[in-house]
Amino acid sequence: MSAARDDILGGIRRALWRGSLPPDKTAELTGRIAAHRRNLVPARAAALDPAARADLFVAMAEEVQTSVARVASDADIPAEVARYLAAENLPAELVVAPDPGLDAIPWELRPLLQIHRGRAEAQDAVSLTPCLAGIAETGTLMLASGAGTPTTLNFLPDTHIVVLHAGQIVASYEDGWDLLRARASPTPAPPPRAGEGGSPQSGDRVGALPRTVNLITGPSRTGDIEQRIQLGAHGPRRLHIVLVDDAPPAKG
Amino acid sequence: MQPTSHSFPANARAGLADPVLQTALGLARTGFPQRRQEAIARLPEFEELRDEGRAIKDHVLAYLDFYLERYEQNVTASGGRVHWARNAEEARAAILDICRAANATIVTKGKSMVAEEIALNDHLEANGITPVETDLGEYIIQLRHEPPSHIIAPAIHLMKEQVADAFRAAHTELDPARTLTDPRALCDEARTVLRPRFLAADVGITGANFLVAETGSSIIVTNEGNGDLTQILPRVHIVITGIEKIVPTLEDAATLLRLLARSATGQEFSSYTTLSTGPRRAGDLDGPEEYHVVLLDNGRSALLGGEFQDMLRCLRCAACLNHCPVYAAVGGHAYGWVYPGPMGAVLTPALVGVHEAGHLPNASTFCGRCESVCPVKIPLPKIMRHWREREFAQRLSPPVYRTGLRLWAWVARQPPLYHALAGIASRVLGWAGLYRGRFRSLPLAQGWTAVRDLPAPQGRSFHSLWAEQQRRIGKSPRAQS
Repeated sequence: MSAARDDILGGIRRALWRGSLPPDKTAELTGRIAAHRRNLVPARAAALDPAARADLFVAMAEEVQTSVARVASDADIPAEVARYLAAENLPAELVVAPDPGLDAIPWELRPLLQIHRGRAEAQDAVSLTPCLAGIAETGTLMLASGAGTPTTLNFLPDTHIVVLHAGQIVASYEDGWDLLRARASPTPAPPPRAGEGGSPQSGDRVGALPRTVNLITGPSRTGDIEQRIQLGAHGPRRLHIVLVDDAPPAKG
Repeated sequence: MQPTSHSFPANARAGLADPVLQTALGLARTGFPQRRQEAIARLPEFEELRDEGRAIKDHVLAYLDFYLERYEQNVTASGGRVHWARNAEEARAAILDICRAANATIVTKGKSMVAEEIALNDHLEANGITPVETDLGEYIIQLRHEPPSHIIAPAIHLMKEQVADAFRAAHTELDPARTLTDPRALCDEARTVLRPRFLAADVGITGANFLVAETGSSIIVTNEGNGDLTQILPRVHIVITGIEKIVPTLEDAATLLRLLARSATGQEFSSYTTLSTGPRRAGDLDGPEEYHVVLLDNGRSALLGGEFQDMLRCLRCAACLNHCPVYAAVGGHAYGWVYPGPMGAVLTPALVGVHEAGHLPNASTFCGRCESVCPVKIPLPKIMRHWREREFAQRLSPPVYRTGLRLWAWVARQPPLYHALAGIASRVLGWAGLYRGRFRSLPLAQGWTAVRDLPAPQGRSFHSLWAEQQRRIGKSPRAQS
């Protein structure tokens, strides 16, 4: 295969009428990657204060059939989950991400909710996960895989419930990338808060992204038959966000 | 897939005569352009983003060797492996080797145009491995044993009745008396049938919309979530994609992602944008144990540095298909290979040869809508013209056509003769067409009038009108030209 590699790279250089790049050019391009300068970021969400940003996030999310319930604190999460499942006529049984950040949720307040923690299996109908951020410009959730945040939870169950804290709502995808880079960086991260899933693992290479980063904008859908949109093609039919309006966490 | 682009005229006639296709295309003609228009109207920066998107891709193409090497380093550092394939055969072999090493019997697939380009499914089947397409549209056409007719909506040529027929024929284990009259029921049935296959698959194969050099990540954009189930459930994840999909950084990917969904489906953002970096990490409870990327050249590097390089910016969004009057009339199968519409008319001659696909760049009205909606401003009509020049230079066009063109070229180089002949022709035709204003048939122009009317000229040539106007305002017409 290395013959193929040499042929392809050699073919590229021949087509571009040059040999390997000189060291100064390589250094310049390496610098471009290291700087990862932002291109134009739409103004839509950039100039908003945190409250308006949260409102934009909710409006954009609801536009794509995500449902959002706003609660005052982590202590309200069990009641909201129980209410949502009852309203949707779903069984009061869910698989919860084994993320330490979710340990603070007082599930004992709703003893009728059957909770187990782990990755999702075929029979799991409802999951609940934390997320890394909400991105206001398109009502998008950012979730990162990790020991406490298996990706199957985001796709296998019919219903996916996500805990998002208002302080996690950022303006743009670029803000989301910065959060990913901060997680992956060697500088020690602050201890996780409830709902801030995917804490860095010792197995991660310094600077490496998690195995999977999901940007999720609404439930699964397809328009493949006569271009009529159907929800729940293969992923979740329902995406529900419990937005906790508590004080924003200190962000670097 | 064996190209049939050489029989485009016959394919196109069949498409025009197909009532199901015409109904289905009617839905697409209005739906996609309208949704795109609404989406870009909400983003005032869209035009600027197009310029930035074009600049990012041009930058990558100028240093493609550097970015590919940097990307490979980062894939390797995160525990994945890159396989380089010069052509379709090498890509198929690399994928088969990985599947065999994993003792795979069932392989799930996310939608990948590059997998279509290398005819991967046929190869896997021939070697005893069952490929299962999981994108709803791809699944439908796999059941019908036909190629995709659109690069983002593979079954766009079908109505729900054809889908129901395909499902009844394939899902014989289900109750034959079940109702399959609406898209909801069809969608649910596909979900039910495919779920166990997702869980049983040994290997999952996806394409990539972008490869990020900075992080060694591949990015896929989907709405169904099938691409995600395809890559997180099996033990092995293989990405098959073209070498031109590289972007330098996550920021560059963000710019292109803002263009992609709006141009493709008119969504603000697709439901799922997924970044995959290497295999599962120590401590992870799910995710693939192996991560492979097969990088396909297949004629792409040869397009660099010349008049076809701009095509390598293509994001495969399908906006050019959705806005093309020719595609909308004849459908995707007429183009006879994997890539239809304007982008196919430019790419297919490059990948399968102008001798096979010379008709495609000729199947254009040059109306320019494709270029005007392209998110990275590929000058598609201009590149089609380059292919026509190549076709002519290689003597591939029919002798009558070539003789006609040569004759015309000779006359056009003799202005007095040209003006005299054009003047006579427009006077005669103008007079003959006075009554109807158009011709239903005309000697020497049957190729045109067999399928449409020819508008009658007004009786004066442009040159004579121009000369007259210049005289009126007191200028010499020669001095202006």
